[in-house]
Amino acid sequence: MTDNNSNPDEGGETRRDFIHIAAAGMAAVGGAAVLWPFIDQMNPAADTLALGTTDVELAQLSPGDEITVMFRSRPHFVRLRTETEVAAARDVNVASLPDRMARNANLEDSAPATDENRSAMSAAIAEGESIDAGLRAALLVTSANCTHLGCVPTVGAGDYDAWFCPCHGSHYDSSGRIRRGPAPENLPVPPMTFISATTLRLG
Amino acid sequence: MSGNSTYEPKTAFTRWLDTRLPIVRLASDSFIDFPTPRNLNYWYTFGGILTVCLMVQIITGIVLAMHYVPNIDYAFASVQRIDRDVNFGWLIRSIHAVGASMFFLAVYMHIFRGLYYGSYKAPREILWILGVVIYLLMMAAAFLGYVLPWGQMSFWGAMVITNLFGALPLVGEPVTQWLWGGFTVGNETLNRFFSLHYLIPFLIAGVVGLHVWALHVPGNNNPTGISVKTSADTLPFHPYYTVKDGFAIVVFLLIFAGFVFYAPDVLGHADNYIEANALVTPAMIVPEWYLLPFYAILRAVPDKLGGVILMFAAIGVLFVLPWLDTSKVRSMRYRPMARWFFGFFVVACLGLGWAGAELPDTKVPVLGAIGVDFLLLGRVLTLYYFAYFLVILPVLGFVEKPTARPASIEDAVLHGDKPAKAGSAGAAPVAQPAE
Repeated sequence: MTDNNSNPDEGGETRRDFIHIAAAGMAAVGGAAVLWPFIDQMNPAADTLALGTTDVELAQLSPGDEITVMFRSRPHFVRLRTETEVAAARDVNVASLPDRMARNANLEDSAPATDENRSAMSAAIAEGESIDAGLRAALLVTSANCTHLGCVPTVGAGDYDAWFCPCHGSHYDSSGRIRRGPAPENLPVPPMTFISATTLRLG
Repeated sequence: MSGNSTYEPKTAFTRWLDTRLPIVRLASDSFIDFPTPRNLNYWYTFGGILTVCLMVQIITGIVLAMHYVPNIDYAFASVQRIDRDVNFGWLIRSIHAVGASMFFLAVYMHIFRGLYYGSYKAPREILWILGVVIYLLMMAAAFLGYVLPWGQMSFWGAMVITNLFGALPLVGEPVTQWLWGGFTVGNETLNRFFSLHYLIPFLIAGVVGLHVWALHVPGNNNPTGISVKTSADTLPFHPYYTVKDGFAIVVFLLIFAGFVFYAPDVLGHADNYIEANALVTPAMIVPEWYLLPFYAILRAVPDKLGGVILMFAAIGVLFVLPWLDTSKVRSMRYRPMARWFFGFFVVACLGLGWAGAELPDTKVPVLGAIGVDFLLLGRVLTLYYFAYFLVILPVLGFVEKPTARPASIEDAVLHGDKPAKAGSAGAAPVAQPAE
């Protein structure tokens, strides 16, 4: 018994001190281990992560048309641009852009923000399918959430007659690239594949 | 907590705080320096264990509510999604479901402890009554929670329990419809049950606060039932009882974890993994194990209203127990007759649980030879249950001769539970918590 009682005169550690620290240390480790499941349960669940793909029927689009589709619970713009819009977008010097990156999930992260890199020319093509080159160049698919704070930009407005975000005044061009305003990045392009001549699969 | 505080703030900040909100003083007086009888055994650790149970249920419950959908079209699927898709959902739901059973296991130990050592007697009647209130709230919370997964047992359990109120004369039907929010158990019922299931644990936490307050005024009872007389009878709560409670909690959590990881559904009913169907009643409709004794009492009475009244009376009688037991001796350690009757009472409660789990017409093993079925067993044990409180304990106080008791708690610790011998008081203090 006497060994277990700390004696302030001796000033040494006692067995009881060791047991104290060991018990408290074990409790801390156990507590942390228990805490993790209670934190992790708030992360996206398996069924949320497994949200699959969205197929877009392109036959319904004429040049100049735009539809908004839902992909992974978020709206996306699908726009079949006119030749004028494509030409205007290709005419831009990438070096002059606020964001010079393509932000395209189908390309390398380092790809520059040329209109070719932004358009559906970057989309994969399913085996055995051949897609009209004009369609691929004219088709633009981007996220419909402004990269500033997530609002949905208005179509056919702003300095570039393309997209204008009403929340804080970000102007996007007909390639979905930020040109003026607080948004830091171009509208991202989702991963996509032509699974037939008239069907584009997002995801 | 009764005015003799030993807390002395040591820093400038704690001195400043203590004159404004003496919260550190309250914690210190309640859980650190609180003088506790030095002879508490492991039956006295269930209060701490129950506190842990309540916290576990509240924390896991709040988390489950983040994923659960209280709608009859989605509830069952949302519970399946928790089990399959939500990160660690299988673990958190198992903890919550098994936790309900563990909570009741601990509360029954706690209640039987109180019955044996006379913890309900003066000056602890309010403490006991608050405990019975907590027990009632626990049963309500458990029943409401069981309905939420919207499986077959959920639905038919809700149907049977709510229909009990239909037995009330005159008001039966309107009261039942008021509970349902419709013409039967349905979406309205599920929504309100979810709301109340979320509310009640916080009511329990509030009453637990009162329960602890009511404990700290007279202080703990102890296995001898003798009141604390001097400081030699007590030990500071910390470290002696924090460590003892802590060890008991660890052992309890090991058993808890055993169920969670190896048999999460063994205490439940397989039929609750079939989605609720208002057209088909499961062949065997029984409550969870911890409510079975009351189910047996309900079925023991051939009259619908009579069964309901008797079932509620089985809990109601606990409220007046402090005035039914006439013995001046608290602990049954010194009550040779009461100990036997108490033992039979525990057996009767277990037997009632058994009777509640079986069909009434089934013959009891062994006793079936002389024609005893579970209905008769339930009736006999129900009779004993009420006789114990209403006849045996009141009469025993007058006819029983208690055995000799030690002079003090200190004396019981140092010289066993035998009565004090002359001139043996005042032995050297030993820094050894007594079992």
